[in-house]
Amino acid sequence: MLHPEPSHDAHIGHSVPLWFIAVICAILLVLTGVTVWVAQLDFAAVHIPELNIIIAMAVAVVKATLVGLYFMHLRWDRPVVGFVFVASILLVTLFCGFTILDSFEYQDEVIPGDTPQIQQALDAALADDQ
Amino acid sequence: MAHGDKGHPAHMAHHWDTPKQQYEAGNLGMWLFLATEVLLFGGLFCGYSVWRSNHPEIFKYGAQFLDTTLGAVNTAVLLLSSMTMAMGVTFAMRGKKRATCVCLVLTLLGAFGFLGIKYVEYSHKFHEGFLPGFRFYEKPTDSHLWVDLDGEGHGVEMQVSAHGEAGDPVHAAAVHHESGLPALPATAEASTTTLAGHAPEGLAHTAGDQQQADFTGLIPALKDDGSPHGDAAHEEHLAHPLQDPVRPALAQQFFTIYFLMTGLHGIHVAVGVVVISWLLILTMRNRFNTDYWTPIHLGGLYWHIVDVIWIFLFPLFYLI
Repeated sequence: MLHPEPSHDAHIGHSVPLWFIAVICAILLVLTGVTVWVAQLDFAAVHIPELNIIIAMAVAVVKATLVGLYFMHLRWDRPVVGFVFVASILLVTLFCGFTILDSFEYQDEVIPGDTPQIQQALDAALADDQ
Repeated sequence: MAHGDKGHPAHMAHHWDTPKQQYEAGNLGMWLFLATEVLLFGGLFCGYSVWRSNHPEIFKYGAQFLDTTLGAVNTAVLLLSSMTMAMGVTFAMRGKKRATCVCLVLTLLGAFGFLGIKYVEYSHKFHEGFLPGFRFYEKPTDSHLWVDLDGEGHGVEMQVSAHGEAGDPVHAAAVHHESGLPALPATAEASTTTLAGHAPEGLAHTAGDQQQADFTGLIPALKDDGSPHGDAAHEEHLAHPLQDPVRPALAQQFFTIYFLMTGLHGIHVAVGVVVISWLLILTMRNRFNTDYWTPIHLGGLYWHIVDVIWIFLFPLFYLI
């Protein structure tokens, strides 16, 4: 039922069975409940306090994959369609990753201490707005 | 002579060889658009990532003020509307006009439900003064709270010492506790600093006694128990940011990125309402049949990507 249509060349699209759509939606709702529940747990006891973020993002990736594959028909589309979408996500990941790496790169260059000139400039700019 | 009398299907434009070619080109084109949507939101996700990696405490602090229940309900509403949209595509492929219309109407109801809940959340945040940037009752300096007393920019700047004790005794301000709120030992001093714009309700009519300010009257929309909102899970621990001496500096960054990302997503939901309404009208006008339902499929793809983006926004803001 869920295999790619091997029918003749003129066939267009894939008619997804209604029961299957409902099952996918039920899984998505359960996963939403799971991610809300897990977010309330405290993983400090196992010395991995970041586990909350990791689990929440992993569940979100699973949910997005289910929506993409079955609601958006990627499961039955030509591979090039999925390639376009996955490529955009990979590029955004690359973008975010390198920006985060770079944002920590200049901490040592920052001169610590008070910078009254910045505050004076802000105050002057705000007064001008009146 | 009607289009389609020339030996090809009525829905196929002349520059295509086959209906399949037309469909696959349209499908790929829609996915290319969705890829640009991912890149559009990618910029904001990048901003979120950088801010969060630099100041994780701001995000842990800010998330307490969002209502997880409303967020989870909105997630469910959007998932269910995605389901009815997917079912609508299946019905359209099978030529079931009436069932397709029902599915599209249900999807529209989901979209309006999402926007309605979002409106409740936003108006709550606006009312409490959880606004981006300067409007967060704060000057952009560390541990300074700035309150616009009369909406005209004549305000009081409070300096809160880190350990919660009164600073300069000459300018010490009396803080009343009529609502049972925790004490906020603070130093208030007259300030001529001005900001454009008006204060939210609750701030506008407070007397501007700059030496003896009654800050209880400045806090809008607090309930009797002092909780900023009705989320029972948190109300014991939450103080309004104005009264919280341990509030992280630049806490308004959380609400800046929150309103930017959920706002852009909300705009997409509103566009989805227009798209689905248009598909509903076309369906009722018998524009589709078992051979031609591509617009419903492509509109559905757009609606699903809006759902996918919310799948990520929900945990990023409400849960972690």
